[in-house]
Amino acid sequence: MVKYTISLFSRYNKYIKKYIESSLSRKEGRMLELKEICFSRDNKKILKNINLNIDDNKMIVITGPNGSGKSTLAKIIMGIEKPDSGKIIFNQKDITNFSITERAKIGIGFAFQQPVKFKGLTVKDLIEISSGNSIKVCDACEILSDVGLCAQEYLNREVNGELSGGELKRIEIAMLAAKQSRLTIFDEPEAGIDLWSFNNLISVFENMHDNLKGSIMIISHQERILNIADDIILISDGVVQKHGKKEEILPYLFSKDNLCYKNKCIQSS
Amino acid sequence: MDKIEKALLKQIADLETIPVGAYNIRENGEGIAKNTTANIDIVTKKNKSGIDIIVKANTKNESVHIPVILTNGGFRDLVYNDFYIGENADVVIIAGCGIHNSTCETAEHDGIHSFHIEKGARVRYIEKHYGEGAGVGDRILNPETKINLCENAIMEMESVQIKGVTSTIRKTEANMEKGSRLIISERIMTTENQIAKTIFDVNLNGKDSSVHVASRSVAEDNSVQEFISNVKGNAKCFGHVECDAIIMGNAKVISDPKIEANNIEASLIHEAAIGKIAGEQLIKLMTLGLTEKEAEKQIINGFLK
Repeated sequence: MVKYTISLFSRYNKYIKKYIESSLSRKEGRMLELKEICFSRDNKKILKNINLNIDDNKMIVITGPNGSGKSTLAKIIMGIEKPDSGKIIFNQKDITNFSITERAKIGIGFAFQQPVKFKGLTVKDLIEISSGNSIKVCDACEILSDVGLCAQEYLNREVNGELSGGELKRIEIAMLAAKQSRLTIFDEPEAGIDLWSFNNLISVFENMHDNLKGSIMIISHQERILNIADDIILISDGVVQKHGKKEEILPYLFSKDNLCYKNKCIQSS
Repeated sequence: MDKIEKALLKQIADLETIPVGAYNIRENGEGIAKNTTANIDIVTKKNKSGIDIIVKANTKNESVHIPVILTNGGFRDLVYNDFYIGENADVVIIAGCGIHNSTCETAEHDGIHSFHIEKGARVRYIEKHYGEGAGVGDRILNPETKINLCENAIMEMESVQIKGVTSTIRKTEANMEKGSRLIISERIMTTENQIAKTIFDVNLNGKDSSVHVASRSVAEDNSVQEFISNVKGNAKCFGHVECDAIIMGNAKVISDPKIEANNIEASLIHEAAIGKIAGEQLIKLMTLGLTEKEAEKQIINGFLK
């Protein structure tokens, strides 16, 4: 009985600790700060002095015309690209010189626009690497069914060229769901995905937003993805044009005289 | 059996105890344990070194283990093993050779295996090669496999060279009759100054015969690998050869594929690729929290799985 009480107490203690931790971090609010980020390639200025503050537990959608620097910005946050100047602060820590691996370990995740294929590595291998642990079939099943894949059929399949673009995309998203990052970045998740999958994609992001302790940052052109955002960031020509609540930004994006609307960089579905 | 011998058997044949079914264990040129069953006979050759493995027609779900271990340096073991697989039999054969060489002299095992697979029979043949030991003496393995597939017979061959083999020349020759199928999967890893050469010669002689050869290899450090294949389509047949190699360090990989169609109905495909590990693969795994070295290891282990 005593043993049981102690174990019960320690279990609750764990939850209380987690709750306090999460509410503390919620109170602090700010998760990511980008300070004066500049990035050039081949004498072309791609990002021009970007300043951004991203809050915790938010769904943020970054939108803007093709070639405006959105993907580059996402890669700079993950550490795949190094900025020419500027600072990146994550949870009050300067991570500007952190490697990709270090950033992944402190809680940044990144879903590629073009998922990478691996001859020999299976869906199960990749989900296990993502979660950092060996994974039970039932847990893998839950993660995969959330992205519309049957675990039985896919768990032992190689993530190679035999899978379709849509399947690779769903597996990519499943990996990020398994990783449970504080900040999860999706680079155009809708690219190469069919309409049926797209409908599910919206609910996958909504579920992730509800269950994940952290923020989700999605680069997207899709109106329906913009609609599930808390905040929207509009990037154009390497500059943050607008950053605010969805309710403020959406009307601007769809106003007839907005360049972005005219250029059809927003796709309604 | 001592610790070294047990460890070698575990590496090459997954054996921790005496296997179930028929077996013949050979150490340093001599048979040290043998067992036959009602359907599978193992007969020691009289005129030369080796054994005949005779599987009765219609034998189902049985296995034969014939591992070879070498623990003496300065020893060359040449062995001839002949397999006679009766009509409609379905068996698994686990071969393989492990060398532990702690001397400065060469230890070599050359295994010449001939398969005579009768009508409708099916064989799954698993062959693992492995070398270890602190000595500077070479560990050489030269396996030769001759396969004769009768009508509608099937052979699946898994050939794996795990590591530690200084030099190897692996020859596989197949003659295939009507409706027969051959599926070969090869995995090779070389490091340091090792040399590995693979030669496949397949003759698709019978109508509707088919072969699929998939070779994956990783060459590290200063090692050299050569892949040679020659598939001849002499009838209405299908042949598919694919070889993929990952090259690292100062290694060298040569891929020399040849397909030869001698019949208008022959359909033959060859795919070959050599390249270093793709940068985007490393980056992807690093975004999941692995270091570059860990990512490299995962990619190679998966590739050779």
